[in-house]
Amino acid sequence: MSVESWGAVLAEHQADLQASWLAEVAPPLAGRVTRQELERDGRELFGALAAGAAVSGSFSDGAYDELRAVLTELSRSRARQGLTPSETATSVFAVKTAFLRAPGVQPDAAFVALSQFVDELGLFTFEVYVEARERVIGEQSEQLLELSTPVVKLWDGVVAVPLVGTLDSARTQVVMEKLLQSLVDTGSEHAIIDITGVPAVDTQVAQHLLKTILAARLMGAECQISGISPQIAQTIVALGIDFGEIRTRATLADALVHALRSTGADVVRGAGAPARTGR
Amino acid sequence: MSARGGGDEVPIAADADVVRVRQLVRARAQAAGLGLVDLTKVVTAASELARNTLVHGGGGTARVEAVAGTTAGGRPRSGVRAVFVDAGPGIPDVRAALQDGWSSGTGLGLGLSGARRLVDEFDLTSGVGSGTRVVVVKWGR
Amino acid sequence: MDRVPVLRLGGLLLVSIQVDLEDSTALALQEDLSQAVVATGARGVLIDISGLEIVDSFVGRMLSTIAAVSRVLDAETVVVGMRPAVAITLVELGLDLAGVRTALDVERGMRVLGSTTAPRADGLPLAR
Repeated sequence: MSVESWGAVLAEHQADLQASWLAEVAPPLAGRVTRQELERDGRELFGALAAGAAVSGSFSDGAYDELRAVLTELSRSRARQGLTPSETATSVFAVKTAFLRAPGVQPDAAFVALSQFVDELGLFTFEVYVEARERVIGEQSEQLLELSTPVVKLWDGVVAVPLVGTLDSARTQVVMEKLLQSLVDTGSEHAIIDITGVPAVDTQVAQHLLKTILAARLMGAECQISGISPQIAQTIVALGIDFGEIRTRATLADALVHALRSTGADVVRGAGAPARTGR
Repeated sequence: MSARGGGDEVPIAADADVVRVRQLVRARAQAAGLGLVDLTKVVTAASELARNTLVHGGGGTARVEAVAGTTAGGRPRSGVRAVFVDAGPGIPDVRAALQDGWSSGTGLGLGLSGARRLVDEFDLTSGVGSGTRVVVVKWGR
Repeated sequence: MDRVPVLRLGGLLLVSIQVDLEDSTALALQEDLSQAVVATGARGVLIDISGLEIVDSFVGRMLSTIAAVSRVLDAETVVVGMRPAVAITLVELGLDLAGVRTALDVERGMRVLGSTTAPRADGLPLAR
């Protein structure tokens, strides 16, 4: 079929083509994309295709701008609905099937079989590609999570993790595991979680912080939380989370002084004057 | 969610079997790529449940298998599933049994409720006289 | 059945659990330790669990019981070397090992015991 001929088929049988397209795509998408939606997609797809075909046979021609817009919208909405790349692309390949079934079209059977087979190869490659790509993205975001939570050694036997930004459950869990591991790696008996840079916490995050402290205790270490803002203090009380006998400190400096004192170090300023630590 | 690789079934009839269940769950969880903390959690949960099967169910079986599924975001993930079955007296009040501190007489009463907190999916069916079946799933992150 | 060896180290008893414990082995250890505390007059018990990949409620209860029994027998117990993943799991499980003292490793555990186990009032050496 040349463009003239498929353009002619389209011009003559658009309704039939739309119907057989719908018959092709509807069953595998049943229950996930509504029939009304598919009918609209079909109308827009064939409408834009017909408009373009009337002018040009080359998809890169400006005449197909509208078709490109329709395909873009279709791909995006399928992605949002959680459909796989193959399921999405099938909506396009079904156009070919619709043409092959159109009245008066007598395709070469061997060629049709080959064409469909190659389409499947293409889809398979695409699926694997997307999967690999998603894994790379997943790994990268995990690395980012690691990077954003540095555990620093403040003193011999004292490690701290300064947290900045929004704490979600996943990130808090990563922090918790890293901090506890660093206690073992550095032989530190004191840990400080500084949340000065954290604007707010929710129940889950507060619970994770609490669990970190309890877990540190089971390992034989003490964990303090410093830099609790007035807002967070109010949240903790309002949520009814019991911090019990857990040490919280106004500033990282206070927490460090406490940790140093309990390791037996003497914290003094200048010529023996007692240290002032901000409160 | 789909099961892969058949899985293994082991009897739970003695102390040593509880250890075997732990080792089996560990191996499967490792193969599924679970992180150290998730792995420790699911092995601990399996230990609690295997002991329940032995002590309260009068023995039974544990079936451990790898599972595949997708995250809420559509990403593929793998995990481990363990199924504990006994033909013991059953639990009269399942809801009460899942409360912290509930105990059939021995222990701290953390077995069932604690195990539930350590896994991602937990399903318990039990009836008086018809035994108890517990299914747990832990997914890799 | 395997038994976990109880080592005597000056005035202390040292137990290092290196294998995945069967419940009966845990119960035997509990028994052996209280016997050993009485037999040696030890003032401190160190239990190294750095080799344990999991601690479930049964082993957790064993640790609490050992600490409680030892205390009645006038000895302090320190559990050392708990792995981070084990600690996180125990917290999630709801076990806080109340009454059990903890330390990062054997050396620090000995320091904890050294500062709390004063020599006996009769002035006799700790180990007899």
